[in-house]
Amino acid sequence: MQVKTRVETTINGEQVEFLCEPRQSLLECLRDIVGLTGTKEGCNDGNCGACTVMFDGRIVTSCLVLGVEANGREINTVEGVAEGSALHEIQKAFLQGAALQCGICTPGFIMAAKALLDQEPNPSEERIRFWLANNLCRCTGYDKIIRSVQDAAAKMQETNA
Amino acid sequence: MRWVDYESPSTVQEAISLLSGEKKANMLAGGTDVLVQLRAGRGDANLIVDVKNIPELNEMTLDPGQGLTLGAAVPCYKIYGDAGIGKAYPGLIDCASLIGGIQIQGRASIGGNLCNAAPSADSIPMLIAYGVTATIASADGTREVAAEDFCSGPGRNVLQPGEMLVSMHFPLPKANSGARYLRFIPRNEMDIAVAGSGVSIVINDGVFESARIALASVAPIPLFIKDAGEALQGQPVNDASIAKASALAKAAAKPITDMRGTIEYRKHLCEVLTRRALNDAVRRAKGEQV
Repeated sequence: MQVKTRVETTINGEQVEFLCEPRQSLLECLRDIVGLTGTKEGCNDGNCGACTVMFDGRIVTSCLVLGVEANGREINTVEGVAEGSALHEIQKAFLQGAALQCGICTPGFIMAAKALLDQEPNPSEERIRFWLANNLCRCTGYDKIIRSVQDAAAKMQETNA
Repeated sequence: MRWVDYESPSTVQEAISLLSGEKKANMLAGGTDVLVQLRAGRGDANLIVDVKNIPELNEMTLDPGQGLTLGAAVPCYKIYGDAGIGKAYPGLIDCASLIGGIQIQGRASIGGNLCNAAPSADSIPMLIAYGVTATIASADGTREVAAEDFCSGPGRNVLQPGEMLVSMHFPLPKANSGARYLRFIPRNEMDIAVAGSGVSIVINDGVFESARIALASVAPIPLFIKDAGEALQGQPVNDASIAKASALAKAAAKPITDMRGTIEYRKHLCEVLTRRALNDAVRRAKGEQV
């Protein structure tokens, strides 16, 4: 018998319960069941990074995690990055630096960049490029993204100084 | 993806009984290969057995007398985040930090890389060079298989129905030993090896005491080049010895021509990568940072 599974998880600090099929990815569950459509689907096979979310404090491609695996775990998505209407420094830097055009890759880049700056406040350009290698962007050519992450890092350090 | 059921056993015994049951089961560790394959319609699994809640598969124990026991489901980031393992097995860190990107390394395991048995798998040449043995469990007990005997063809391994990989054991590194994995890809990151070379050496008083060399992406399985390592045994640590072993690695490679490279190019890479990996391993054996 094909039975849906009940998943209890924490998404952006809130307790969430949902029913899903065991074959559904966390990405599908977030978008189609929970209704958090900020996380994007690009390749659906782990190459492009558009679906990057935090899973128990580590960035993962949510297309390669099953929704049922989220049971008892802590998920953070791009919807939880801003505080109310106050954008995060990384989000502001992406807007000011024109680090996006079509925007599909942006939530993934924001989540990956935030994970980096949360653990390494002042990474080198090489380190940023290495860290973001699992995120693809077909519009910007990457330079504006890298510079925006550097700008955000500088701003975040000023704020924390 | 077609319908699959999901089970998350907490013991090896439970997992084995699920693997031996009526349903056709696929094991899930990091899922970075198996979920892609299921979604592409490969195989006929109708049950996913998530092995990440089994303690033995999460073990990562560096015993000063016994070496390293690495559970099959330990993700790459935990391996390269461990300073003790980095010091004892730098060649393992080379692999764990270049498989996929940061997101993939948050999930993907060395055990999964071994079971997936891709000819291009980045960790398997290094497992072979380190002389790793895999512990396989079934209802009948456990058996050990050397890393070089684990893969039986592209995407195929020696696991029989009802068997599962539990852990891998890395022998204790000897004094004055060094190891290195190098691969060539056309991009800087996130690509499949055109060729790769994993080496592990022990030097003693300016002479190679022993060496093991294995290659990626140049045969249907990750290739152990026994004679290239043996050729170094008892030879002085110099360019001539290293050139001879690298030439033997090149000679043993049996690559195909495909979109990633031609036979000639891949064979050439085997010589270059093995030479560079041996030089780096020598530097590591002397305590230098590479």
